[in-house]
Amino acid sequence: MTWNDRLAEEDDPVVAWAIGDFKACVDAWSQAALSRPRTAAKTVRRSWRLVAAWALGCAVAAASAGGAWYEHRRQLEQARIAAARAAAQAAAQAAAQEKLSAGPSSARETDQDLLAAVDNDISRAVPAAMEPLAQMMDSSQADGNGTKSNKKK
Amino acid sequence: MQPMSAGAAKEIAAQDFSCVVESHRPQIFRFLLASLRDIDLAETLTQECFLKAHRNWSRFRGDSSPMTWLMRIAINLQKDHWRNRRLQFWRTTRANVVDLDEAGEWLPSGERSAEQRLLAREQVAQVWKVVGGLSERQRTVFLLRFVEEQELSEIARVTGLSEGTVKAHLSRALGKVRAELRGKR
Repeated sequence: MTWNDRLAEEDDPVVAWAIGDFKACVDAWSQAALSRPRTAAKTVRRSWRLVAAWALGCAVAAASAGGAWYEHRRQLEQARIAAARAAAQAAAQAAAQEKLSAGPSSARETDQDLLAAVDNDISRAVPAAMEPLAQMMDSSQADGNGTKSNKKK
Repeated sequence: MQPMSAGAAKEIAAQDFSCVVESHRPQIFRFLLASLRDIDLAETLTQECFLKAHRNWSRFRGDSSPMTWLMRIAINLQKDHWRNRRLQFWRTTRANVVDLDEAGEWLPSGERSAEQRLLAREQVAQVWKVVGGLSERQRTVFLLRFVEEQELSEIARVTGLSEGTVKAHLSRALGKVRAELRGKR
């Protein structure tokens, strides 16, 4: 006598039938699941996708490498410019220092040289026709100076 | 009698094991399917069960029947699966689980009227619902008793419980089935 028979006799036939049907259901389901045809989906490798993926990967890698190289070059250039600027500033400072250490006498000499150069530039030779007039002006200036000095006396 | 070579012994063991697989695979699969209601998962665990058995086949001493041994492995695998599921609660592993109504549709029609078939299908759906709501241990005991039709002593050996505990679990599970069926009657 099976458990279900005992259950049907002792307890409740409805429960026994329901459990018997449940067992039949599980049996049928498992048999159907075991005997079902197995389908293995073939994985189709799409070549264009592979190529696109590789191309994208290469592009990303090249862009990364190029970016890194460009950044490196830019930093080197900036460092070179900064070094040149610092050298120019240092040279300018050294020149100014030298000028200060040379003192005022040299400045004065420089002024006299400048005035002499200007004098040379603006002085013109008097034409021969105007020579007497020039002499007259010189003499009158000399007289004027003499009278003034006499008057003062 | 000539001594058997190691290769021949291995071949005989392999043949024995393939016989065991042939004869017990449907039962192991049926138990796991009823317990998990997931065909793919039941197949996977059945494969794992036989893989484990194959690895340990040389250590099987024959103290119990191969069926008891295999069922014990299947129950342990199922336990591991539920444990991992609890840990990986964010995963939607129940996606493949068959709906209760769908599971009840596998009832063979037999020589019944349409009304009887409908009633039987309803009752089977109720039993599926109760089984789904049982604790892991109660469900295992219930399925071993009423689907695999094992004796209480065999269930006790498979589950590692005492016969008294098996009876108690079975009684509670039956009580729930009875309550569900009476509630709908």
